[in-house]
Amino acid sequence: MSRPARYIFLILIFAHLSGCASQNSRLLASDSQVQTRSIQTRSFDTNDKALVARNVISTLQDMNFVIDKADLDLGTISATKLSGYQIKMTVTVRTRRNGLQLLVRANARYNLETIVDPEMYQDFFNALGKSLFLAANDVE
Amino acid sequence: MLMKKKNSQLLTIVVLSIFLFGCQTIPKDAFKLKGSALAARQLQTRIYETNSELELLIAGVGALQDMGFNIDETEKDLGLITASKSVDATDGLQMAGAIFIALLGGGSTPIDKEQKIRVSFVTGKSIQSNKYRSRVTFQRIIWNTQNQISRVETLSEPELYTEFFDKVSKSVFLEAQGI
Repeated sequence: MSRPARYIFLILIFAHLSGCASQNSRLLASDSQVQTRSIQTRSFDTNDKALVARNVISTLQDMNFVIDKADLDLGTISATKLSGYQIKMTVTVRTRRNGLQLLVRANARYNLETIVDPEMYQDFFNALGKSLFLAANDVE
Repeated sequence: MLMKKKNSQLLTIVVLSIFLFGCQTIPKDAFKLKGSALAARQLQTRIYETNSELELLIAGVGALQDMGFNIDETEKDLGLITASKSVDATDGLQMAGAIFIALLGGGSTPIDKEQKIRVSFVTGKSIQSNKYRSRVTFQRIIWNTQNQISRVETLSEPELYTEFFDKVSKSVFLEAQGI
């Protein structure tokens, strides 16, 4: 390897290493909380928490997730998808302050990274919306 | 000419470095429903004639125990049972391949050793009265002889689901008979 190339190689390695996040920012995440929530949350015009929670479970199953645990009182559902990679997802269902709507929030991790792509969350909520309609009409 | 060679070397290094340090890409379609989702749902679902959801859940726990699973989590209000078991994953063909490579002087090849099978059993009311449905999904993690994860996947063989539901049917019957 020629001398300038060697320098550039070292600089690249250095840049990559120093670009790594510190321990605290790895733990706390540095993205805007408001933005994160708006990407990950949708509201549904129903106050039937159990119905929505059950539909979250069936939507996750449609996407090949295996449900790890669920709790109706807290409205939390956690699931894992294994398909050559690992995605871990937690979905929460809670009643909005107006008592008429439910807020559904999903957050997912792909291997060691947080999924931040708004489109992927949109895909999940689209499927959930469809499932709520399907469940009402029951197509099993 | 010399300059050109240097440039191409540089380019190679830059490209290599991007490949080596670049992040893994997240599969964009991970939460998209595939066209086969409905067929998969039908394969994974069966309807039972029981008087209550709780009865079906109990039968499900029994069937999973029959198959040697340990129950990890349950939530009866949502009709959920999660279970898992660790079993042998050695595959004769793979082992033969490893021996063949070793005979050729290729050293030891890691082969699959152990797998953990995870299952979630979910129940719900069917539209038909007095009937409940159960839906099940399986996945597994395989470790090789070097204790590395060699494969993670969803299990989708139709026979697996058919046999599983047969065992649940039997369990529903046995529970009803009080056995």
